[in-house]
Amino acid sequence: MSSMFVKALQPAPLLLPSRRMVLAGAAGLTLAFFIAPRGLRAQAPAPITAPNAFLRIGADDTVTVLSKHLEMGQGPYTGLATLVAEELDASWDQMRAEGAPADDSLYANLAFGAQGTGGSTAMANSWTQMRMVGATARAMLVAAAAAEWGVPAAEVRIAEGVISHGDRRSGFGAFAARAATMPMPESPPLKDPSAFRLIGTDRPKLDTVGKTNGTAQFTMDIHREGMLTVLVARPPAFGATLVSFDDKAALAVPGVEMVRRIGAGVAVYAKGTYAALKGRRALDVEWDSAQAERRSTDEIFSDFSAAAEAGGQTVEEEGDIAAGFAAAAQIIEGEIRFPYLAHAPMEPLDAVIEVKGGKAELWYGCQFPTFDRPTVAKALGLPVEDVRINVILAGGSFGRRAQGSAHIAQEIGEIAKAAGRDGAFKMLMTREDDLHGGYYRPLTVHRLRAGIDDAGNITAWTNSIANQSIMSGTPMEAMMQGGVDPTSFEGSNALPYVFGSRRIGWAQMESPVPVLWWRSVGHTHTAFAVETFLDRVLEAAGKDPLQGRLDLLKPEALRERAVLETAGRMADWQGPVKDGRGYGIAWAKSFGSYVAQVVEVEDRDGRPHATRVWCAVDCGIAINPNVIRAQMEGGIGYALSTALYSKVSLGPGGGVEQSNFHDYPMLRIHEMPAVEVEIIRSSVDPTGVGEPGVPPLGPALANAWRALTGQVTSELPFPMQSNV
Amino acid sequence: MTQFIVNGQDVTLDIDPDTPLLWALRDDLHLTGTKFGCGVAQCGACTVMLNGMPRRSCVTPLSMVEGGEVTTIEGMTGPEIEAVKQAWVAIDVPQCGWCQSGQIMSATALLQQSATAPTDADIDAAMAGNVCRCATYVRIRAAIHDAARTLEL
Ligand code: FES
Ligand code: FES
Repeated sequence: MSSMFVKALQPAPLLLPSRRMVLAGAAGLTLAFFIAPRGLRAQAPAPITAPNAFLRIGADDTVTVLSKHLEMGQGPYTGLATLVAEELDASWDQMRAEGAPADDSLYANLAFGAQGTGGSTAMANSWTQMRMVGATARAMLVAAAAAEWGVPAAEVRIAEGVISHGDRRSGFGAFAARAATMPMPESPPLKDPSAFRLIGTDRPKLDTVGKTNGTAQFTMDIHREGMLTVLVARPPAFGATLVSFDDKAALAVPGVEMVRRIGAGVAVYAKGTYAALKGRRALDVEWDSAQAERRSTDEIFSDFSAAAEAGGQTVEEEGDIAAGFAAAAQIIEGEIRFPYLAHAPMEPLDAVIEVKGGKAELWYGCQFPTFDRPTVAKALGLPVEDVRINVILAGGSFGRRAQGSAHIAQEIGEIAKAAGRDGAFKMLMTREDDLHGGYYRPLTVHRLRAGIDDAGNITAWTNSIANQSIMSGTPMEAMMQGGVDPTSFEGSNALPYVFGSRRIGWAQMESPVPVLWWRSVGHTHTAFAVETFLDRVLEAAGKDPLQGRLDLLKPEALRERAVLETAGRMADWQGPVKDGRGYGIAWAKSFGSYVAQVVEVEDRDGRPHATRVWCAVDCGIAINPNVIRAQMEGGIGYALSTALYSKVSLGPGGGVEQSNFHDYPMLRIHEMPAVEVEIIRSSVDPTGVGEPGVPPLGPALANAWRALTGQVTSELPFPMQSNV
Repeated sequence: MTQFIVNGQDVTLDIDPDTPLLWALRDDLHLTGTKFGCGVAQCGACTVMLNGMPRRSCVTPLSMVEGGEVTTIEGMTGPEIEAVKQAWVAIDVPQCGWCQSGQIMSATALLQQSATAPTDADIDAAMAGNVCRCATYVRIRAAIHDAARTLEL
């Protein structure tokens, strides 16, 4: 999700701990200690049954952090628990984490002002808040121990999860109940970074063990008594509408219980997935494609290319472009085409709902609770308070579950409503549904032009971009300024390079194909366009790719310079070709973090094979280097998969041409390069790592490939070839 | 009526014999450690052991399992699975986690069949059928080498 999204939404006031409750746990054994934000102080206490806070201390000494951020593989459960544990002086072994339910009033992303995960903001927005939660709980435990032991609070110590005074020692659990009755400190002191003992050190993630023995619970794993599995027959083209359907054959399939019309298509309800699959196959559905996207990908590219050529509206302009080109000794031009991309999370989209006696409870990897909860409530005709969303682990998202349109919430709500009775329902998508389902990374065309003078200076730089807007037509539309959606071109403007003159243009295109943020959003294409085109320009100017970039950076671009220099040093950069291998470099700033990568590439039967990647990242203070390295490794593999293979294309008439992993291939283990990551030491507040590892890989790969073969990559992916 | 053994227990299922083993395990036996990723033998998320050999349960009809012995991630025992799980945790392999049961089943099968420590090429050959969308491949490779060391292969 976009960094602009983060900026554009109203920032919420920093919610600090201020209220606590004592609660008998479900088992009747656990005393729980809750800390809720200050924002609720004036309100009546929430029902004690709602686990509505950030922290729970059990009688067994466990400390459970309720994560306001969806865990979809990027590590927020572990990150938030680290921040709490640091200030609480807990031992890492006693820490646990679980998803917090949907509740904007408690669990807002402070960068958005509403509950949601995205834009690589999880740690950045929680940095102060979660440490405050830990510090507050610590102060209250100290106060409780001091009162119990009759000693001054200043003499009570906490270290590694043990409260002590003189010879007396205790775990947290014994004092949890009493601590909850202690006065809340107004502003408990936070540690000086030099005193950090957890922040900055490697720790395995809290959710790892459950993900190695089959016990981790994802949406598709949820079972409820009497639950029916629902598959939806969906339109064959984007924008096609349902005319009629015949469900006789479907209802004759053993196990199929009912068939209903919903907004998304025709829903088949069955006992088990296989019956639902067979039932859906037996449906006879007639669609009307008159209003649908009928253009093929080739036709859409021609239209977008013409719009990019026309220049679009100006989103950035500096200097005299005409004079810049007039002063040029050579002019370089290029067009680069980027296809629609599916996120293809390994767990396809799904949701479980149970409606009973006028209340609804849901379980799923919900990424935008702020939009989803009211959407479900409205679809069911229930008050929002009667809809509970349990946010559980998601088997990947990469942006796919963060829907401004809340279309999955709408769908699961309609499924329950259309059933016409209480009950539990699980909606799931097959891989084919997922790949055909839209909400793609926008198809995009960049047209670039640069002028170079005799001294090798870049006198003019223009880039016009044509694509659909992600925000337009969604609740995020209000954040577009002057009709401009920054997620369409972020990363192409505000470049820290010295150009004699520059113009960035954007042409907003229309299509019924729904588009969405996709791991690193605008940077998925802008970094590629800018950094591959610049590589050509530098070559034309007779400059080395690394030194040329460093020379071009503005003096204030210190963090950019540091990641470039570090990646170059790690790779022992000696120019773009060595011993029959190509080397390419690229960098990008996204979501507040700076990442540079060098890719080493071999020519294997006319196709690029990446053998090694060196990655330098500056994401501010490194909370958990293990997670940062994992996200760089994963981002690199995800981006390599994309550059080599990923393309959703529409055929003549508008139907999607891909259907499963045989024709939308994923990177496999034998194609994964060795990866070395170096994290720049920093004392700046932390920024994101989930997305920033993605943008530089594609351009660094293409630059290495061009160095090796002379081939310019003007369309992604690289020419397709099976990898199975 | 299909009779077979799952994780050491006798099971009788009175469902369509065409039902893929994957859905029988997940929907009827509530063994949800085995995952769905593609349904067409392209990703390996659904890997189980059938009579001791790794098998894609999404394309294995129940009828083919009659009288056989199925082991899922929940029921795996022995030094190889223990070494693999330990290495997976030590190296912190999983990200989203959805593919990992399948990765672990394939890795365990590789180590069960290896008389000597697997090479990178052995790992590529054994694991290329398992997709990880989070691209945890660097760590999968490291963890398999680590498990092989634990097993003193
Ligand atoms: S689900 Fe069986 S191989 Fe993908
Ligand atoms: S860990 Fe997410 S797909 Fe492998």
